Amino acid sequence: MADVIASPGLTTTGQPAPRKNYLNAEKGIWSWMTTVDHKRIGVMYLASVMAAFGLGGFFALVVRLYLLTPGHELMKGLMDSESYNRAFTMHGAVMVFLFIIPSVPAALGNFVLPLMLGAKDVAFPRLNLASYYLYVTGAIMAVIVLVQGAVDTGWTFYTPYSTTTSGPVTWMTMAAFVLGFSSIFTGINFIATVHKLRAPGMGWFDMPLFVWGIYATAIIQVLATPVLGITLVLLAIERSFQIGIFDSRIGGDPVLFQHFFWFYSHPAVYIMILPGMAIISEIIPTFSRKVIFGYRSIAFSSLAIALISFIVWGHHMFVSGQSQLATVVFSFITFLVAIPSGIKVFNWVATMWRGNISLETPMLYAISFLLLFTIGGLTGIFLGALATDVHLTDTYFVVAHFHYVMMGGTVIAFIGGLHYWWPKMTGRMYNEKLGAIACALIFIGFNVTFMSQFFLGSLGMPRRYANYLQQFQPLHAFSTFGSWILAAGFLLILGYLWASLRSGPLAPDNPWGGTTLEWKTQSPPITFNFEDQPIVTEGPYDYRPGKASV
Amino acid sequence: MSWFRDIMLPAQGSEYSKQVDDLYMFLVWLSVFFFVLIGGLIIYSVVKWKYKPGVVTPHITDHVGLELTWSVLPLIICIGIFFWGLNGYMQYSVAPGDSLEIQVSGRKWSWAFEYPDGTRSLNEAHIPSHRNVKFVITSEDVLHDFFVPTMRVKHDAIPNRYVSVWFNATVEGEHMVTCAEYCGKDHSKMQAKLIIESDEKYKKWLETGGDEWKNYPPEVWGKMQWEAKGCNSCHTLDGSKNQGPTWKGIWGKTEKFVDGGSAVVDENYITESIYQPQAHIVQGYEPVMPTFQGLVKKNDLNGLIALIKSLK
Repeated sequence: MADVIASPGLTTTGQPAPRKNYLNAEKGIWSWMTTVDHKRIGVMYLASVMAAFGLGGFFALVVRLYLLTPGHELMKGLMDSESYNRAFTMHGAVMVFLFIIPSVPAALGNFVLPLMLGAKDVAFPRLNLASYYLYVTGAIMAVIVLVQGAVDTGWTFYTPYSTTTSGPVTWMTMAAFVLGFSSIFTGINFIATVHKLRAPGMGWFDMPLFVWGIYATAIIQVLATPVLGITLVLLAIERSFQIGIFDSRIGGDPVLFQHFFWFYSHPAVYIMILPGMAIISEIIPTFSRKVIFGYRSIAFSSLAIALISFIVWGHHMFVSGQSQLATVVFSFITFLVAIPSGIKVFNWVATMWRGNISLETPMLYAISFLLLFTIGGLTGIFLGALATDVHLTDTYFVVAHFHYVMMGGTVIAFIGGLHYWWPKMTGRMYNEKLGAIACALIFIGFNVTFMSQFFLGSLGMPRRYANYLQQFQPLHAFSTFGSWILAAGFLLILGYLWASLRSGPLAPDNPWGGTTLEWKTQSPPITFNFEDQPIVTEGPYDYRPGKASV
Repeated sequence: MSWFRDIMLPAQGSEYSKQVDDLYMFLVWLSVFFFVLIGGLIIYSVVKWKYKPGVVTPHITDHVGLELTWSVLPLIICIGIFFWGLNGYMQYSVAPGDSLEIQVSGRKWSWAFEYPDGTRSLNEAHIPSHRNVKFVITSEDVLHDFFVPTMRVKHDAIPNRYVSVWFNATVEGEHMVTCAEYCGKDHSKMQAKLIIESDEKYKKWLETGGDEWKNYPPEVWGKMQWEAKGCNSCHTLDGSKNQGPTWKGIWGKTEKFVDGGSAVVDENYITESIYQPQAHIVQGYEPVMPTFQGLVKKNDLNGLIALIKSLK
């Protein structure tokens, strides 16, 4: 694909001398804290979002454990419905703002995007570092909220509950505000990088599809996140000074808050899922050793999803009291989102068709993604259709649906991407067999946890309930049991990745036979990525003999 | 396949709920079809084209016909589903004009109901079957959500606003209202019973207020009504002054009226004062009391009389 002079490869015999790379170029904590290298910032983001995932996951396990039985025998005295409300709020807020939004773009995207473009770094390296420090600031604020006893508003902060309840709600909104700016900075940086720093010869349609996905995400980040910032500031002002924006007793409108909130948070759903889709578009051609099917329709469907995402927010509000005409219009537009998402799935399957498919760990995650995201997408139709949504909204059905999209989709893709680029990032391989076992545990655990919740929701179990009727107990117990399988899978990953860092076999430059530019430099890359400027002459994913370097 | 529906969905309480379920079950089968299709293609590909070294894959970059098929076909299906969902939503949104209207108020953490005749109840509503019943819903504090799973209807309860849902219940028995919008500590306990019963039983309940009074001594029941019906906002039990005369020591007293007449406080006088408060106004008080006709049932009245008798 590209005319690259790769760095000298490893010799297979003896102990190779450690090559100069971005990890060992400079030593000491200070060199990390002041780095403007996109790869180091990506690695710092990666460590941070994984810590956030651990924290959010801890709350998830607590919530599931509490719901094991309606009498809460296991956690008597440890937890009551008030602390339960705080636990599910912190689970949601930490997972959304501290983990899933920055997970793929800021961690993996930061590392991979400039490499894929054949660039030395992102367009604004200092802004990149500033984004990371804003993230850390927001994370510290969130931890302060935890120490102060956490908040019980739900991650959605619906008024007037959020303006009247006690607890450090203002702190929490300000944490999300700061994290929002971190996200905006990353978005601006990526847009500029994609526009200005593509390698010579790389046209828009020669870019890897990962870049298209991250680019579409960045557009949403820059356009939608300010609305969240404004909304949260208004909420904080309302809470402190009672000026009557959202409080109906003094002339405000609580439904207005929901409009503002979802105007950001619906596009944010696509900030979460588009990067996941972007990773899948890389993994599937690599492990099928076949050109991606329908490159342009995948690229354009990313943009289409990004644009439509701005005009469907009202589908979160079908029974909220918004105008009934608006409800009907939002339902119709919502169905339009199904089309580009469907196109992507069919294109990925068509890419595998007549491929030469091997099932290394990243591919196992990609296949898991396809299956789980398909369920997530199809159950979205139940919620887009008005008559069924009225019954299912605000129940466990919604909880199950968005976990299939957010966790079965984005988190699975994130872990797939982590395994895919792990050799490039660390220069080490991990244990392939343990990787497959962990993937199986997560796939099974996930379905046990959340498939049962589709049944709970359909049967009329509302979400955010600390207590429930005895009749729901078996399904709740099933779900809780699944959460333990999931936890085992994640702990296994943590274990073998740790072992890989310490003593994993050294990784070759291109372990999977990938065709995009990041595989044309050494593992791990040098500080400025490439020894020489790559020149691009063809599009990506070309597996014809003599074209690819496999 | 009704057993399949029964494990997925709550009991059907109305004709409307059957229509919602038809769409739901259609979507279940549609989802199963597409999941099997996509899952099948993936498994087939993985098995059939398992990795072999040296295999060269075909260079197929796109296929306009195929891509149009999987864009246009889902679009047509989606538009069809949209109209199917819209059809149900139109029914859900527009209550028939002849509906019995019941006011519902959500507050932390209970549901209060009020009937056209002034009857009020808490966390329990009696509903006649085979009749269009419209609930006009509001909230006294934060957002709540009036959710009746067996009727497949729900709507957020919003402070200072009125919204409505309606249904025509066909299955008698105990149904449930459950709050579906997060509202704090006891969100999950914010439930009310809907007793769907024959028109006859419903009318009897409206008239008598049910049988709960039998569980209490009359003066205790009377004191509960003093609070529940709002007597306590104007009448005290301890002799202190308020908008209306205190009830302490009033039994057997002779009240002087602004029109010059007078009467001894007995059963007849108390009954008149509750049901026709404007008939005689006691000297020194404003004519502000509304009638409690419909709200204070016969049993409640007996309780209130017993309470007043006991306050010597």
